[in-house]
Amino acid sequence: MDLNFSAEEIAFRHEVRAFIDASLPAATRAWLVAGKSPTKAMVVEWQKILNAKGWAVPEWPVQWGGPGWSAAQKYIFREELQMAPAPSPLGFNVNMCGPVIIAFGTEAQKQRFLPRMANLDDWWCQGFSEPGAGSDLAGLKCRAVRDGNEWVINGQKTWTTLAQHADWIFLLCRTNPEAKKQEGISFILCPMNLPGITVRPIITIEGGHEVNEVFFDDVRVPVENLVGEENKGWDCAKYLLGNERFGQARVGASRERIRRLKIIARESMDGGRPLIEDPDFRRQMTEIEVELKALEMTVMRVIAQDMKRADSKPNPATSVLKIKGTEIQQGVSEMLMKAAGPYAWVDGDPDEEGSNEWDLAPDWAFGLAGTYFNWRKQSIYGGSNEIQRNIMAKAFLGL
Amino acid sequence: MDFDLTEDQSLLADSVRKMFADGYGFEQRKAYIKSAEGWSTAMWAQYAELGLLGLPFAEEDGGFGGGLTDTCLIAEQMGKALALEPWFSTVVLGGGFLRRASAELRRELVPQVAAGECKLAFAQVERQSRYDLFDVATTAKREGGGWVITGRKGMVLHGDSADRFFVTARHAGGQRDHGGIGVFMVEAKHATARGFRTVDGGRAAEVEFDKAHAILVAEDGLPMVEAVVAEAIAALAFEAVGCMDIAHAMTLDYMKTRQQFGKPISSFQALQHRAADMLVALEQARSMSFFAVQAAADSDADERRRGASAVKVQIGRSARLVGQQSIQLHGGIAMTMEYACGHYFKRLTMNDSLFGDADHHIKALADDGGLVKAA
Ligand SMILES: Cc1cc2nc3c(=O)[nH]c(=O)nc-3n(C[C@H](O)[C@H](O)[C@H](O)COP(=O)(O)OP(=O)(O)OC[C@H]3O[C@@H](n4cnc5c(N)ncnc54)[C@H](O)[C@@H]3O)c2cc1C
Repeated sequence: MDLNFSAEEIAFRHEVRAFIDASLPAATRAWLVAGKSPTKAMVVEWQKILNAKGWAVPEWPVQWGGPGWSAAQKYIFREELQMAPAPSPLGFNVNMCGPVIIAFGTEAQKQRFLPRMANLDDWWCQGFSEPGAGSDLAGLKCRAVRDGNEWVINGQKTWTTLAQHADWIFLLCRTNPEAKKQEGISFILCPMNLPGITVRPIITIEGGHEVNEVFFDDVRVPVENLVGEENKGWDCAKYLLGNERFGQARVGASRERIRRLKIIARESMDGGRPLIEDPDFRRQMTEIEVELKALEMTVMRVIAQDMKRADSKPNPATSVLKIKGTEIQQGVSEMLMKAAGPYAWVDGDPDEEGSNEWDLAPDWAFGLAGTYFNWRKQSIYGGSNEIQRNIMAKAFLGL
Repeated sequence: MDFDLTEDQSLLADSVRKMFADGYGFEQRKAYIKSAEGWSTAMWAQYAELGLLGLPFAEEDGGFGGGLTDTCLIAEQMGKALALEPWFSTVVLGGGFLRRASAELRRELVPQVAAGECKLAFAQVERQSRYDLFDVATTAKREGGGWVITGRKGMVLHGDSADRFFVTARHAGGQRDHGGIGVFMVEAKHATARGFRTVDGGRAAEVEFDKAHAILVAEDGLPMVEAVVAEAIAALAFEAVGCMDIAHAMTLDYMKTRQQFGKPISSFQALQHRAADMLVALEQARSMSFFAVQAAADSDADERRRGASAVKVQIGRSARLVGQQSIQLHGGIAMTMEYACGHYFKRLTMNDSLFGDADHHIKALADDGGLVKAA
């Protein structure tokens, strides 16, 4: 056993950090430090910078633009991005649809889609969930019917994150209503600018617009937009969801938020002293830091295991990462809100730059409550934390 | 011992419930938030008509002689409706001071407040004060025969619609001394209020006093502030219970109708247990809200302060669990602005932090010796 990073890995971390320091636009960094979600322009600009460096798609094979990193390097890279903080390469492109096309797509699909995905020339979104199909994803109803050389799509998707920015959507559609639910689903790629598609915003509780309803009314796409085999889309979905869970540990992101919390706690006052001096506050914060350390070690164990495994199936341990990672992030967001005391009440629209010219609250207090509210989503999406426990009960515990 | 309401109290709660049933649908509330005031002037007129605005004031001053229990019953209905009007700031906070003010001031203002013509606000929070009522940097100086106040107060609930402010300001001592804090009244025209929306859809203001002409209400004001805040904490406890009640009921209803995997999600035992835990938290909170009324009336200021802290701790812990779980058990739907559950969650979060969150009060109570004496 050797729990330390090798000298090469440490050198790699420095290289990544230096590159980010030199290349990440300062305005983007400041925006993220303030706790706001990056704008479309920020994400696109940054991913193009990463792609020019050959770093936009760490998980992909070298043939398709991947840098050929080890699992440890990928982890270091992700963590450095999160700690910077810098936008992550767009997950829908890089961690979701891209890997599915690489694993299940045709050569023509790879040629056509992957380079544009890597460079974020096309923004993708995820069309899985429906009003009636959330946790029970396989219960989805959106139909795709073969008509000559086309699929004709009818139905509704919901919770579609950032569909308002998207050029493409990857869909799970029901293609055989007679088969058992998992066996009649296909994975289909669809441009967002086709006639018959309507995108309606859903405003989340803190006031932001990140999710949408997407309606399909006789939308026609060519048959070659099917990925993998007809009625075998569930295999693609399972593969994708396993990757998604892994990404939700977000150890670097939590570390960055804890750092932010410590800075705010130096400025926020409690009992006539900076909050950071309050033993109760420090104990609560430190509890989270300890949990985060344990999570980090768990992530490393999963990575080390995966490096030795022959198959590329998602590791069931990712459920542990998803549960703990989201609990920690939610815990930190709650502490950040509470650190602001009464000044957390000011309603900051997370997507708009409030000038705060009247100095209604300290600049750092805006949006903290909004993020706490918004991050309740983390234990709901990506397979809810209850569903993760069900998966563990089955896959690990044999119950 | 009797936890039942009197007939008058039941009638009061019913009439408030009925008023909100007619005037506070989800879409109506949304329109109120969007309006210039951020709340409904029509509803405000109804509050006055129903006698809610004059309720806790003595009859000889022009009020209806109601007690704290009556106020709390109204607060519970406010919580259920997520009411936006400046009732809490005018009647519970401002009214709390007004009831304790000079006969002259009472005679002048109570009839106006009762008629809905005068709205009040309590300007207390400062940038450095966090939740300490005695941490006051705003200054009060004698000038001529009266007083002038200088300083900035933050997060003044409904400070943008208030006609008069009750303000804490220091006329002696250091910033964190318990003595030397006066309670003053300032007319809105002598202050600059900058209103904004709070995270729960309500309104608050940053209020600036620049040598503002002020009327002295109490020269040694902290005991008065603590007494008023203890009543406010009782009202907030009932408001939170009202919110939790609805959030829990909505969650149960939704669980019974939402189908996944071919059955209602209420059939999953993991969720049943969670809903049961929510009920435990809710009932603990409800019990504590009764204690809050008892504690606020305690003539021993130390006992009263400890009681109020205990209430804030229990209500805050329960509100957190019920609020968070009501979202979780709904799934994505409760994450949307168009669904009421999230609004209860937000209000519960803000309710906890008003006059000190649970973390603040557990520390205060522990430092104060807790509730149980070692023989
Ligand atoms: C902000 C946000 C962004 C999202 N982005 C996307 C996106 O881009 N693309 C996309 O396709 N989807 C997206 N989703 C959808 C997300 O994946 C679903 O919300 C999630 O799968 C849960 O489904 P649901 O909301 O319908 O809740 P439901 O499935 O109805 O669940 C309700 C409750 O029941 C519990 N539950 C359900 N089944 C069981 C069971 N068997 N045992 C125990 N408990 C159970 C759940 O855990 C939850 O607590 C997003 C959701 C949110 C909130």
